[in-house]
Amino acid sequence: MRKSDNLCDYLARSAAAVPDHPAVVDPTGQVLTYRQLDELSDRVAGYLVDRGVVPGDRVGVIAPKSASVVATLFGVMKAGAAYVPADYSAPASRNQTLLNDCAVKAMFLHAECAAIASDWPSANLPEVVWFDATGQDAVPGGIGVPWTEVAGHAPLQGDRLADSKGLAYILYTSGSTGIPKGVVLTHENATSFVDWCSDEFAPTGTDRFSSHAPFHFDLSVLDLYLSLKHGATLYLVSESVGKAPQELAAFIAGHHLTVWYSTPSILSLLAQFGSLEKHDCSSLRTVFFAGEVFPVKHLRNIVERWPQATFFNLYGPTETNVCTFAKIPQVIPADRTEPYPIGFVCPRCEAMVLDAPGGAEVTRGEEGLLHIAGDSLFQGYWKKSEGLFFERNGRRWYNTGDVVCETPDVGFVYRGRLDRMVKRRGYRIELAEIERGLYQNERIREAAVIAVPDVAAGVRIIAHLAPEGSDRPSIIELKAFCNRNLPSYMSPDVFVFVDALPRTSTDKIDYQRLSQTQRAQQTQEKL
Amino acid sequence: MDPIKESLRSFILAEYLLGESPANLTDQTPLRTSGILDSMATLGLVSFVEKTFGVMLDAHETGIDNFDRIEDIAALVARKKLGQ
Repeated sequence: MRKSDNLCDYLARSAAAVPDHPAVVDPTGQVLTYRQLDELSDRVAGYLVDRGVVPGDRVGVIAPKSASVVATLFGVMKAGAAYVPADYSAPASRNQTLLNDCAVKAMFLHAECAAIASDWPSANLPEVVWFDATGQDAVPGGIGVPWTEVAGHAPLQGDRLADSKGLAYILYTSGSTGIPKGVVLTHENATSFVDWCSDEFAPTGTDRFSSHAPFHFDLSVLDLYLSLKHGATLYLVSESVGKAPQELAAFIAGHHLTVWYSTPSILSLLAQFGSLEKHDCSSLRTVFFAGEVFPVKHLRNIVERWPQATFFNLYGPTETNVCTFAKIPQVIPADRTEPYPIGFVCPRCEAMVLDAPGGAEVTRGEEGLLHIAGDSLFQGYWKKSEGLFFERNGRRWYNTGDVVCETPDVGFVYRGRLDRMVKRRGYRIELAEIERGLYQNERIREAAVIAVPDVAAGVRIIAHLAPEGSDRPSIIELKAFCNRNLPSYMSPDVFVFVDALPRTSTDKIDYQRLSQTQRAQQTQEKL
Repeated sequence: MDPIKESLRSFILAEYLLGESPANLTDQTPLRTSGILDSMATLGLVSFVEKTFGVMLDAHETGIDNFDRIEDIAALVARKKLGQ
């Protein structure tokens, strides 16, 4: 098979080879064959082009997963544009911030997300808005057009596909300043990863892939494009089923899925609460997990439940896509407590372990910062790419910020992060963004958020708050406030009230002292 | 004092509302629609209810209708125990 230049080539080839095979099965049970998906995405592209979308434009996609969303992603790319997926359950203001950041020309919204358009904060509302709803009545406030109009539009004529260096999508992640950053990725960035997956995992047209991760999460790149490249069938998991372990187990069994990909959190939930003894998941042959450390206790449970499947740990930040991987043994020793390594570098990437960002290589076996080069390396953050990369040996290198050490027999072992970025339930969270959310509460004067390791949950997020005046808000009020202003995975576990936050000599918040106090308290509780 | 309600209240306060004044968590306080319990915390509460009261809950019984306030959860537990 020739190397692909554009992600849409995968769909075109499968549509020619297996036009009547189901490509996507959505949560409502709607099935799109390869021919239907190809035609529908041609219509979306035709609509966008007729409404003035030109190559290089960005198009926001904020809706729960559905067949129309998949057709939209391909339609956007067929128009030569890039899609910008975002979390439809996040507050409208957060989504407006990121759509504004990359100046989307058009956006596709779920009807419940209409506030994003109706309360658009600035003058430059995207010119084209359409909704995941049928009939003009379903379009809130007459701001845009319903899906039926887009799906009925004349198909695109001619080829507008971007070349391999063209922008394919932008994935927003938590930024170090508290403002989300858009990771800019080209077609080549994605296809080099997908083509490696083909070589390594050899999927076939009879496979049935899960699509558990939302499309704004980089795990979705494997689900979507590896599945459609090989003419397999992709089963979209709804958000409600995705969080309900018993329903999820029934979903895997009912659809006879063969390939599963999710965060360890979800697999842990399946192992603990999925009643797996009642659901026959013996069709699974490959299980991928990525996004965070998998506690061995839960990994052992799920490996023992699904002995016929091969498990792989895939590692890589959104900026590099998967760059190392490890195969998990079929039997995990009962006395093992240490998490499995992130493994060996994928052949399409190169890795160096350096003593500082862009520093000198450490002696093999010593801890250092993992730096990555390769075809899947991102182009930079949207409008913020200065100082992200450095050149060495004729390659462009990126510091992942992850501390690792290399061992000859198992590859790289993950040790942790230097900065304040944490992973929770597979989501990357910059603690500053939680603080930014808390500061919006007028009864909070100061906020400092830390994360501490936790045996059961992986990480616990603790917010230290100094209230305005003597009257402090109740914990219930704060939880409700966070629920309105932050994605649920960012909501702190514990709120601690202080008169004032500790400061360093340079008048910065003393996070180290907060962490030390917290550790001392945990030790005391154990005694 | 209803022992089921008190047991639920202590568990929720200890696990999800550390530092909260017990008086603020009433039998009518919405737990999920307010953001006190997210989907993970809800699974933890379901597991606690099943273990503590010796009842089995089906997925359809733990929706917002039956499972958003201490009052509703206590009533659900009482109904289940009666039916055993």
